Amino acid sequence: MELTGADIVVRCLRDEGIQYIFGYPGGAALHIYDSLYKQDDVKHILVRHEQGAAHAADGYARATGKPGVVLVTSGPGITNAVTGIATAYMDSTPMVVLSAQVPTHLIGDDAFQEVDAVGITRPCVKHNFLVKDVNDLVPTLKKAFYIACSGRPGPVLVDIPKDVTAEKTEYIYPSSITMRSYAPVAKGHPKQIKRAVNLLLNAKRPIIYTGGGVVLADAADSLIKLVRQLGYPCTNTLMGLGSYPAEDPLFLGMLGMHGTYEANMAMHDCDVMLAIGARFDDRITGDLAKFAPHARIIHIDIDPSSIGKNVKVEIPIVGDAKLVVDDLNAELNKRDAVPDPEALKRWWKQIDEWRSINCLSYDRNSDLIKPQFVIEQLYEASGGNALVTSDVGQHQMWAAQFYGFNKTRRWINSGGLGTMGFGLPAAMGVQLAHPDELVTCVTGEASITMCIQELSTCKQYDLPIKIVNLNNRYMGMVRQWQEFFYDRRYSNSYMDALPDFVLLAESFGHVGMRIEKPGDVRDALNEALSVKDRLVFMDFVTDQTENVYPMIAAGKGHNEMHLSPGNGDTPQKRELA
Amino acid sequence: MRHIISILLENEAGALSRVSGLFSARGYNIESLTVAPTNDPTLSRMTIVTHGSDQIIEQIVKQLNKLVDVVKLQDLTEGAHIERELMLVKVRAVDTAREEVKRLVDIFRGRIIDVTNATYTLELTGTVEKLDAFVKALELTEIIEVARSGVTGIARDDRALNV
Repeated sequence: MELTGADIVVRCLRDEGIQYIFGYPGGAALHIYDSLYKQDDVKHILVRHEQGAAHAADGYARATGKPGVVLVTSGPGITNAVTGIATAYMDSTPMVVLSAQVPTHLIGDDAFQEVDAVGITRPCVKHNFLVKDVNDLVPTLKKAFYIACSGRPGPVLVDIPKDVTAEKTEYIYPSSITMRSYAPVAKGHPKQIKRAVNLLLNAKRPIIYTGGGVVLADAADSLIKLVRQLGYPCTNTLMGLGSYPAEDPLFLGMLGMHGTYEANMAMHDCDVMLAIGARFDDRITGDLAKFAPHARIIHIDIDPSSIGKNVKVEIPIVGDAKLVVDDLNAELNKRDAVPDPEALKRWWKQIDEWRSINCLSYDRNSDLIKPQFVIEQLYEASGGNALVTSDVGQHQMWAAQFYGFNKTRRWINSGGLGTMGFGLPAAMGVQLAHPDELVTCVTGEASITMCIQELSTCKQYDLPIKIVNLNNRYMGMVRQWQEFFYDRRYSNSYMDALPDFVLLAESFGHVGMRIEKPGDVRDALNEALSVKDRLVFMDFVTDQTENVYPMIAAGKGHNEMHLSPGNGDTPQKRELA
Repeated sequence: MRHIISILLENEAGALSRVSGLFSARGYNIESLTVAPTNDPTLSRMTIVTHGSDQIIEQIVKQLNKLVDVVKLQDLTEGAHIERELMLVKVRAVDTAREEVKRLVDIFRGRIIDVTNATYTLELTGTVEKLDAFVKALELTEIIEVARSGVTGIARDDRALNV
């Protein structure tokens, strides 16, 4: 049967099993919107700004592992979505972005709402396409989903001119597609697996450091098996939280700039490091010259270009994290050898000493609401079972430090790009994917304001998200850096003229709450969480001066952490000394 | 170290900008870049001359391989190879210079491919060094313009870049 290009787009989405798409209509996209109107298989979620569409699709994808789909119009439609696409690219989210384009005969004419979508998005997509012929539409969409979801996942953009959506052709959707130029490796090299096991078994001071790749590959169960079998300490990156259960004693917490003292010191002093699905980002390594000076490194990653990019690796293994870790487990099971028990005992004794510093301590007797306390209470009130999205800044770090994630795909934040405004729209995608679960968005007053318009979308689709706004009237992380490194010159980091968030939430049809005393925190959370069918915006008025500790300042090594003032240390002191 | 990287890529709109965009976005330098379709019209062959430490070249190769349009890639400088560049030079050729330039062209095994009363247009093929040497040898001659193609190359022996 012959279908129009617009109908083909929608049929392809249906045949890919796509349940939700996130978008916003406009002139060039109208044929596709008309096709959406005529069916019920694919549900369209109307956002209030295209950035929100991309973040919502991103949140949906991260919570489910399925591709997120975005539909935007030409010109400003796609440019508005670019921040969301770049966010997904940096965190390797599988995503397909459909952007409408002006008709082919107008391309290059500076037509109304024309922009070079393929050119603008090229540096922040895994791949992109411009479809100039309706006969290319089906194979291109099939390729788009294949590329987005395989190998190291990422966003793929398909730019579709309006006339292509009007033309007709036969519709047959292929079940699979092969490309001569694209064939990601999944299995690790057996020889490298053997070498890795040899090195692991000979370690005296080992550490297993894992990132978002373990989440993307759904390799958490395999990782847990590996860590427990070896009895080695494990640390997760910001993107990898949940891969190893936070409550397990072998877990050292998050590492990196605001990671725990024990995780960073263990990274610094280790003799063997097993990195899985992590990319040695600058927020993880600190100063590369001082990074893990004694470590022999095994690095597992599906993206060969991540290996050896920042640090020298002794045993590179290219492959899917789950398949490779399963192979490591199988190889370990074949061996009689066990790790040196005496060395391991000494190593754990050292780690326990570092742990005893209790680097995440904060003032629990304050009259002001401490943001860390809110996150701890949120953890308890939700039984540790919430899906948590966050924006970017101090609240993000506190959520990462204080909400102990025991499972993957429950901590959803913009790690790579650090996009303020991500949290609320991402929570919409997460809530749609898990309608019966508790979805919370931990945010700050600066971040939430960046995509606040999506409160309207939440109302339209009855998304009962629980927003935890840690309101310190500052861009907290900016203020923290200005306090430490700019002699307290708080240049443009104060949030003056903030709205009344309670009234704001209510004006959108939601429930608003303001909490000003530490003693009211838990009751407020309990009350908010008991509201099952409505969005609740909790505006916590928190201590303005609180900082995120511990901290590795820029240019410092893992063994040069600043601890909280309670631990008798301040960055200023170190800077002056 | 100087490297010559040959790439087979899908002959599609935008493929060239993916490669050049990669180099500019990641701060890799390009000394020269040539590209044209091959005997298989669906494939283009690109030759890039670049400089960098072993670590940077490794990253360049990995990042290029990561591009979805790149089918295959070969670092020619890893083995024996032949490299050639084409140069066209227009020089002022009057009086004694006419004979002098002709002699130089013969010495460098080039050709005069266009002649006017006052100019010669010369064609020369060779390595970058040979072309540079020729330009230097033309020191006493007035050069009007130079057009160089950039380097292309091919591996010696059985090594080949094909699909």
